Amino acid sequence: MAEVNVESKGKGGKKKGPKKMSTRVDFTPMVDLGFLLITFFMLTTTMIKPQTMEIAMPSKDKVSEEEQSKIKASRAITIILAKENRVFYYEGTRVNDVDPEVKLTNFSPDGIRKFLLSKNYDIMIQMRDLKAKKENRLISDADFEKQKQEILGGKTAPIVVIKPLDECNYKNLIDILDEMAICNIGKYAIVDVTDFDLELIKSLNT
Amino acid sequence: MPHVKAKRKSTWVDMTAMCDVAFLLLTFFMLTSNFTQKEPVQVSTPSSISEIKIPERNIMLVLIDPTGKVFFGVDGQENRMNILRKMGEIYNDNFSENELKEFSRINSFGIPIQKMHEFLALSSSDRDRKENLFGIPCDSTDNQFKSWVSVSRSVNNEYRIAIKADQSVGYSSIKNVMNTLQDLKELRYNLITSLETNPESVKL
Repeated sequence: MAEVNVESKGKGGKKKGPKKMSTRVDFTPMVDLGFLLITFFMLTTTMIKPQTMEIAMPSKDKVSEEEQSKIKASRAITIILAKENRVFYYEGTRVNDVDPEVKLTNFSPDGIRKFLLSKNYDIMIQMRDLKAKKENRLISDADFEKQKQEILGGKTAPIVVIKPLDECNYKNLIDILDEMAICNIGKYAIVDVTDFDLELIKSLNT
Repeated sequence: MPHVKAKRKSTWVDMTAMCDVAFLLLTFFMLTSNFTQKEPVQVSTPSSISEIKIPERNIMLVLIDPTGKVFFGVDGQENRMNILRKMGEIYNDNFSENELKEFSRINSFGIPIQKMHEFLALSSSDRDRKENLFGIPCDSTDNQFKSWVSVSRSVNNEYRIAIKADQSVGYSSIKNVMNTLQDLKELRYNLITSLETNPESVKL
């Protein structure tokens, strides 16, 4: 393939001695080949690894029922995901036959996030300070994780119970889990919706 | 007037440098990339702010397509063969060596175990045809998905479960999968998402 140029001497040149061969090789085909392979690799490979979200579900054993009732009503926030990106939320539970007030909102920053932030204000401030400390290298990564756990698991932290209805889609679920991360909510669980919840949102969910 | 003779310039360009660059890039791409895994269905994952990367090995991938069909795949050819062998024992079916080998080359599949023989006999391009995408049964009457997960776990305890679902899929199908995993006491798993920027400027 490679074409080797043989430099021809002029007619009057001396014919004695071995012919001088040029060592110049045409690299054009090799460049072609190289770029062909690059194209192939670029098209068949993935550079970015997909992101993941780690999730821990509550166990299905009998404890879950008792545990749920143990949640202090004042700290509990229930979020119900309904069709068409609608979000219902209420605080606490039924006390002395008085139903909690259910509100309708959405996934916009002024929606559920605003509410969660207002509920989680103290922890947001603490987390912001902690992150600033980490960025300024005042604490190590291990310490950061440890203190983060302490703050998120604090006694006053709200407990969010997420109840997706069958009509909602997977994106809604991921979105609400994202809100948990954005609002630094350490304690949350995905649970099946109960009859009580359905009754509460019946008038609003049309 | 003196006649100015235009000098004839050689059109020869030295390609050596360009060749160097091309092969340097080639080496870079070969070293940094991993091949795209073939998936039977196209899934567009929802975006999230999570930045955790998925581990490269020991992944048990659960794909859920927009219509709610469940697909399943594990890595490691040796493991795949063992898993199918064990599945055959559970469902009173025998798979030949050839079928096991064929199965070990499939990244992910969505086929009821009863149709596995026919599925393995197909050519790899026919397998992805619409009429062959059944999805693995995952409901209370016939939960083959549960068997697949528990068998895979028994073959390799290192497997991590990753769920890759389409963003438009209804929650009821997700719930089926999640409930099955909960039944198996697989409580920690990963949800595969694509990246979205974190709204760091949350107003306090």
